[in-house]
Amino acid sequence: MNNKELLLDIKNLSISFFTPSGEVKAVNDVSYHMYDGEVLGIVGESGSGKSVSSYSIMGLISDPGKIVNGSIMFNNHQIDKMTEKELQKIRGKEVSIIFQDPMSSLNPVFTIGHQISEVLKLHTKLSNEEIKKRSIELLELVGMNEPVKRYSQYPHEFSGGMRQRAMIAMALACEPKMLIADEATTALDVTIQAQILELMVELKDKIGMSIIMITHDLGVVASMCEKLAVMYAGRIVEFGTVEDIFYNTKHQYTLGLLKSIPKINADEHERLIPIEGTPVDLLYPPEGCPFAPRCEKTMKICLTQMPGYTYLSDEHYSACWLLDKEKFEGEKGE
Amino acid sequence: MTKKLLEVNGLKQYFPVKDGFLKTNYVKAVDGVTFHIDKGETLGLVGESGCGKTTVGRTLLRLYEPTEGQIIYDGVDITNVNMLPYRKKMQIVFQDPYASLNPRMTVGDIVGEPIDIHNLAKNAKIRKEKIISLLETVGLNSEHANRYPHEFSGGQRQRIGIARALAVDPEFIVCDEPISALDVSIQAQVINMLEDLQKEMGLTYLFIAHDLSIVKHISNRVGVMYLGKIVELAGSDDMYRNPLHPYTQSLLSAIPIPDVRLCREQERIILQGDVPSPLNPPSGCSFRTRCPYAKEICAKEIPLFKEYGNNHIAACHRIGEI
Repeated sequence: MNNKELLLDIKNLSISFFTPSGEVKAVNDVSYHMYDGEVLGIVGESGSGKSVSSYSIMGLISDPGKIVNGSIMFNNHQIDKMTEKELQKIRGKEVSIIFQDPMSSLNPVFTIGHQISEVLKLHTKLSNEEIKKRSIELLELVGMNEPVKRYSQYPHEFSGGMRQRAMIAMALACEPKMLIADEATTALDVTIQAQILELMVELKDKIGMSIIMITHDLGVVASMCEKLAVMYAGRIVEFGTVEDIFYNTKHQYTLGLLKSIPKINADEHERLIPIEGTPVDLLYPPEGCPFAPRCEKTMKICLTQMPGYTYLSDEHYSACWLLDKEKFEGEKGE
Repeated sequence: MTKKLLEVNGLKQYFPVKDGFLKTNYVKAVDGVTFHIDKGETLGLVGESGCGKTTVGRTLLRLYEPTEGQIIYDGVDITNVNMLPYRKKMQIVFQDPYASLNPRMTVGDIVGEPIDIHNLAKNAKIRKEKIISLLETVGLNSEHANRYPHEFSGGQRQRIGIARALAVDPEFIVCDEPISALDVSIQAQVINMLEDLQKEMGLTYLFIAHDLSIVKHISNRVGVMYLGKIVELAGSDDMYRNPLHPYTQSLLSAIPIPDVRLCREQERIILQGDVPSPLNPPSGCSFRTRCPYAKEICAKEIPLFKEYGNNHIAACHRIGEI
């Protein structure tokens, strides 16, 4: 489409967790790609596979989880074929991740400085002095006041927002090509969230990296992302630019999500329109389209066959039988 | 015409913390809060974590004993009375539907417990009927009564928590972040249910949340809290259209609007720094350390509430100048 370089190409990815109660298909035939410098949002409810599919980019799927099908090409590495040792060279260097809960992802017994230095020690040939200097620079980069003092402090001395800044400093230590932010601002207050989002945009431009924003907040998506993947029960049900998805919504689940959030600028009290029913139990997924039991426009075919993707443009596609209407018109179920 | 159901005057809640040898400091979780709630209305309380909104909710049910101040319920001062008869009128729904249900009790027993405590059922049959009708009220069914909490999803658990609160036929419910732990598609279900129940049963809510768009949606009036104090209180439309306090303004501007075009046009006031520690709040106005408009007076004097028409009150020295 343009001369941007392809950074990530995921093809037909399926990941299953083999639990004592049976196989859980956490990710089911997911394909998407990202170009250099893009910000992609992934939304979906808990258990929709949004985190698992992204963790696989770092090779972070561990027992009882397994990649059962598909390929992941990232920055010219075939991730799904790499050994643990090879993966370690990439993690933190070419792709980094920040998690939702900054308290449990920082080690409480080491100083912040030590934890940032660790990344640099592993991936660079800098001397100890240079590493310390660089770590302090990084703390400054993420907007920490008194970086020299912060360097020798422990995580418990930091507030939630500061911890998340420290996590970002650590993630960006080696100027990775891609940052995965897994609900990175969910645990933060709105005013702190605004600070962190601003910081991420600023650093993205400075370093020139791509970001995958995993979130359930459509507001965060609207303010940060260029493209959006909507996931439901392990599948991408709709993919497109944020404009496509907000204003030319094609999938009933996306539509339901957009309708169920209250509008802060609404003049009158409008009743919310919820998506009825409960999320899918992935141990016993329904036959056909997984959203069919909650969908308002379910047809007969939805209950028996999984819909394929209908392309509305090069970059906007959705998996819904309604889009295939011509073929099945007149066959409506109850 | 409208009657005040609950009045809170100068409520303070200090928690002691040991600070070194023999020295005790106090966390001023709630530091002089005054408001009232009319019968049948919903008052929203918003603020960032640690601002004391949950403590207000719990203190006015006397789950914590207030350090100072007065709580008046339906004309009676309940600050120092035996709460048992009032537990029948005032209930609470907690934030975390995973932690607030006893995993060893069946759903029927969880919902039935308040019925037993207040002797609301004459015999086992009536008790069972009551439980089933409560479960049906919140969109569950009789089969669910014999199951355990772990068999339910987050949204269903929150429904159980609501059924338990409704078991005593309360007049007033504190909803303490009842939907923050739920998925977006489930949040709307629970919000609609709370609204329906309010209409049917004439309930009064104190709705505590950090999600401002939800609070605006469900509340008649909204109070904004910062470091243990209410800084602004107004009708919810009024508050969102015309926020007066700089903190409210920045809080509102910080919410990312879930709409691509509106979001990109949005002007953000990004506050610097973090909320100060409630152990040692700043002198004068507690917001001054992060306020873009702070002046000398803000450090010296605690701003008092002033009314700016239409029951819109705010505490800031600089409204009118900014």
